[in-house]
Amino acid sequence: MKGVRHYPGFLPLTILCLVVLYTPLIVVAVYSFNASTSITSWGGFSLRWYGEVFTGREAARFGQAAWNSITIALMAATTATVIATAAALAMVRGGPFRGRQASFALINLPLMVPEIVIAVATLIFFSTIGLRTGYLTILLAHITFCIPFAYLPIAARLEGIEGTYEQAARDLYATRAQAFRLILLPLMMPGVISGWLLAFIISLDDFIITNFVKGAGMETLPTAIFGSVKQGIKPNIMAISTLMLLVSVLFVTAAYLINRKGRQSP
Amino acid sequence: MTAAVDLKNVVKRYGPVTALHGVSLAIADNEFFTLLGPSGCGKTTLLRLIAGFEDISEGEIRLFDKDIAGLEPNLRPVNTVFQHYALFPHMTVLDNVAFGLKMKGVDPVARRARAGQMLEMVHLSAFADRFPSQLSGGQQQRVALARALAPEPKVLLLDEPLSALDLKLRQAMRVELKQLQEQTGITFIFVTHDQEEALTMSDRIAVMSAGRVQQIGTARDIYEAPENRFVADFIGETNLLQVDVAAVREGRATVVLPGGKQIVCPASGTSSGRHNLSIRPERLTISDNADLMATVERVVYLGTDLQVIAHLDSGEPISLRLQNAARVSLPEPGQRIGLHLEEGGARLLAD
Repeated sequence: MKGVRHYPGFLPLTILCLVVLYTPLIVVAVYSFNASTSITSWGGFSLRWYGEVFTGREAARFGQAAWNSITIALMAATTATVIATAAALAMVRGGPFRGRQASFALINLPLMVPEIVIAVATLIFFSTIGLRTGYLTILLAHITFCIPFAYLPIAARLEGIEGTYEQAARDLYATRAQAFRLILLPLMMPGVISGWLLAFIISLDDFIITNFVKGAGMETLPTAIFGSVKQGIKPNIMAISTLMLLVSVLFVTAAYLINRKGRQSP
Repeated sequence: MTAAVDLKNVVKRYGPVTALHGVSLAIADNEFFTLLGPSGCGKTTLLRLIAGFEDISEGEIRLFDKDIAGLEPNLRPVNTVFQHYALFPHMTVLDNVAFGLKMKGVDPVARRARAGQMLEMVHLSAFADRFPSQLSGGQQQRVALARALAPEPKVLLLDEPLSALDLKLRQAMRVELKQLQEQTGITFIFVTHDQEEALTMSDRIAVMSAGRVQQIGTARDIYEAPENRFVADFIGETNLLQVDVAAVREGRATVVLPGGKQIVCPASGTSSGRHNLSIRPERLTISDNADLMATVERVVYLGTDLQVIAHLDSGEPISLRLQNAARVSLPEPGQRIGLHLEEGGARLLAD
């Protein structure tokens, strides 16, 4: 059988996609090392904009925003992972129950509903129940939309674990709780970790929903960058963007590697 | 004497499907008991009911006279060797074997010592620190056995544990399992669809089909005195001939063979009329003193013996087994032969 390489138009289409997807990223990454203040002409290699990020005029603002982003991402990812693990256990190990299909749809709803709709709806919801927008509302919104991202790898992992392991543990005098803690949880750990990493990245990157529910004076890294860009793109933005890109790539790669390693072992 | 496991009219339903229709069994202490039957006969369901992975729908289930219906599996002094072993992949062999003891609250020093002994018993001491994925199928099988035996259960359940092994290993493990059972004195309940396994190891066998126990007895009982057509057909090979029953008296029947000859043979609870006669192929010999006349179709060479496939004058197929001894002459295809039925070689079946 012929490989995909031999399909007509494969090469030009591939090149087009790669160019469109990656050229902007490469440009941003390269120009973050530009010595000149221009964002279009190259003035030699320099780390000055990275220095600017940590010590410059906007350093305090970006520092606070980065702190907010990271603490929110840590808490949102952790909470979402706990909820997603419980949901996966119910869906995969709970046997057939009424509303199983509906539950599945509900868990994954945030993946399908346009983000702007969630953003508006969440804002309306918070104002209806009288919750002041700020750090807490960002956290709550992030927990909600992180759940399906954490759920998918956890459920996939759990589906690959045979039920006989838990039965064997129960047969060998383990209580339900012990069978979960000593057998099932360690076996599903690769899925849990990659679910957490994905949720963390999704939370760290989010702009639209955050922008709606953040309230005045509260910034996360993406909203701070956006605010800064509105007054014109400066090379320090490129440095921050490159740093975020690096963190994202590291996390996603880690999630992938953990998942793959987990699949090989049992 | 109290039975190790006593089942009375056990019924198991899954929604509209009934998997077990009123099974009653009493398994004695220290017995090697086998549940034998084709897939879907309910033998594994029965095992899962004893282990506690499923609950009975009706009936009674007792373990050494204690009612265990509804008891969680961790509260039953019963351990299982699973078909695909289900060794915990993230634990070493030693930790796997010590798991049951750990859950029972045995202190670390004592449980390591006991797990070590168990590994010694199955000749795997050198593998204590390996992970299950680093072992061969046969070795994993032994670890599973050691793990299930370590907490000294009152009853050991084995769910087709040899089915994943190759032939030579399977034969060696049969002997070893039987020795282990005698050595430990634990009641073994062994589930298999392999009749050879059942016949070679068991003290008693329950033959199951379609959610019912068809017959319980020793290997010899069920092979030589099958109570019905299913048992006769499932255990070993047999020839089933439709015959007219002339008379039945005290468990013996006078029947008319195809071709007209009358013989007297043991019968399992039949009346007169038309019934199946079971004739084991090895109980037929080629002889001038013929009970049946047949024409040879094919002779199949099987090594230790020969199978002769023939048909009777009345058209019904019949096969016989001959020892592969230094014979003067072998039957040729197309040859007409007389078949002599050994004394007690035939049995009249109830259905």
